[in-house]
Amino acid sequence: MNLDELYRETILDHNQSPRNRRALENPTKTVGLLNPTCGDQIKLDLQLEQGIVRDVGFTGQGCSISMASASMLTEAIKGQSIDDALALAQNFKAFLTGTPSRLPLGELEALQGVSQFPSRVKCATLAHNALEKMLAESDESS
Amino acid sequence: MIEPLVDVARDFPILQREINGHRLVWLDSAATAQKPNQVIDSVNDFYRWSNANVLRSVHTLAAEATTAFAESRRDIARFIGARKSEEVIFTRGTTEALNLVARGLGDSLTKVGDEIVVSPMEHHSNLIPWQQLAKRTGATLRYVELAQDGTITVDALRAVIGPSTRIVALSKVSNVLGTVNPIQAAGEMVHHVGGIIVVDGAQSVPHEPTDVQQLDIDFLAFSGHKMCGPTGIGVLWGKSQWLDQMEPLQYGGEMISYVDRDTATWAEVPEKFEGGTPNIAGSIGLSAATRYLSNIGMKKVHQHSQALGQLAFDTLYEIPAVTVYGPGRPHGAAIAFNIEGIHPHDIAQVFDSLGIAIRAGHHCAQPLMQWLGVGSTARASVYLYNGEQDILRLREAILETKRYFRR
Ligand SMILES: Cc1ncc(COP(=O)(O)O)c(C=O)c1O
Repeated sequence: MNLDELYRETILDHNQSPRNRRALENPTKTVGLLNPTCGDQIKLDLQLEQGIVRDVGFTGQGCSISMASASMLTEAIKGQSIDDALALAQNFKAFLTGTPSRLPLGELEALQGVSQFPSRVKCATLAHNALEKMLAESDESS
Repeated sequence: MIEPLVDVARDFPILQREINGHRLVWLDSAATAQKPNQVIDSVNDFYRWSNANVLRSVHTLAAEATTAFAESRRDIARFIGARKSEEVIFTRGTTEALNLVARGLGDSLTKVGDEIVVSPMEHHSNLIPWQQLAKRTGATLRYVELAQDGTITVDALRAVIGPSTRIVALSKVSNVLGTVNPIQAAGEMVHHVGGIIVVDGAQSVPHEPTDVQQLDIDFLAFSGHKMCGPTGIGVLWGKSQWLDQMEPLQYGGEMISYVDRDTATWAEVPEKFEGGTPNIAGSIGLSAATRYLSNIGMKKVHQHSQALGQLAFDTLYEIPAVTVYGPGRPHGAAIAFNIEGIHPHDIAQVFDSLGIAIRAGHHCAQPLMQWLGVGSTARASVYLYNGEQDILRLREAILETKRYFRR
């Protein structure tokens, strides 16, 4: 097992200096999610405007994989439509279980090594699950 | 140099494994202990040569199995100083044992206005059964306050145990902090007001001599798999006077005396609580584990676990940017720690790449994590097959983890 396969440089970088790690002042949507196996939690705030993610922030605590993954996700979805953001989250999750992504994943591809560490897949998808949960809820309200 | 207490190469083949190019160092015994050949062979031999159901048939194998099952109960009773082997009830483990007391006796023992006392360091399995009991009967769940270093003082017990206390439920040794709790003092206090004390021995019975008479407690729960025995077998020991009043939770075969179309009466203790075919092989494996431990001597096991636990505590304490939890002395076999700026999951991942197995997470003790003000910790835990060499590997691994994450 090669540790560097898991902890790529990009991941260590996002973990050391996470992007968008802040609570938004007036989020349109907020969702919290807990990883019960380790007690880690994440809170995701979205500022939506006419179906577009105008701003996004996350807070919480977790391992380097979950924090880096959240950081990359926020960068990737800023400025995207809700549908595109959701598609990204879904493609990324499939990608981690070995299904090639139909969308470019950008920096998130650095998390590919996680697929060899089944116990860490939950960490890498925590933010994505939070996003999915939030957007599913927004469906219900509209 | 502290050497392992046993011939590791002879008794524990699993510890000869190489993990990621390194000899496996098992520092996760608080989660589950490795099993010596003596235990594995006893289970294999039973299935291979003696397998039969117990308490049912007249044929030779059934008689052999029934005798072996009864002897296992006797061995385990002797191991914990029980007066009668009938006071040993087989369960799946600590969790099932604690749920059995909480439901089987707790419901008739508590009502609105009564109090149940627990501590914030309890494993979820010695907490949630009592939370739920309080919800069912309207009793109040109260917490003994921990001192700064995570210990429970006699004064803190005095502050919370009072005339309304019906049940005190405490672990003897914490699975996170390695603290050793004043069980005897708590027992005296609650007996004084006519209540009972239930002890979670999951982390104490594997590591120290246990004498339920001397401890003067009412119930003791523990798991076979943390003391070199198989998974799926554990014990609830209880004083006869309470077991006679306690209600069974599993209705079915073997636990009855007389049944007609509308009614049934119960068998005697312990069968009353052991409805269905029991874990016969598990009980035989657990008794083999008690023999294995007794041959070494539980006093020696205790000295070894404490010496290594304290060495690990001191070793980690001296490393910059490492926080170790719990008291320095005495410290049990589990050592919880954190490295500044590195999440426990990441610590455990680097450790695994070095062949070292530790636990990372909340250790089924979320209220304790809240009390410590952390989300989770890493935890190393030692047992009789560990030696000083393993603590040196632990130290090296921490330094390597810090290097890897540049901390
Ligand atoms: C202190 C303590 N209590 C209870 C348990 C639960 O034991 P089991 O999972 O074997 O039922 C454990 C171990 O996980 C423990 O460490």
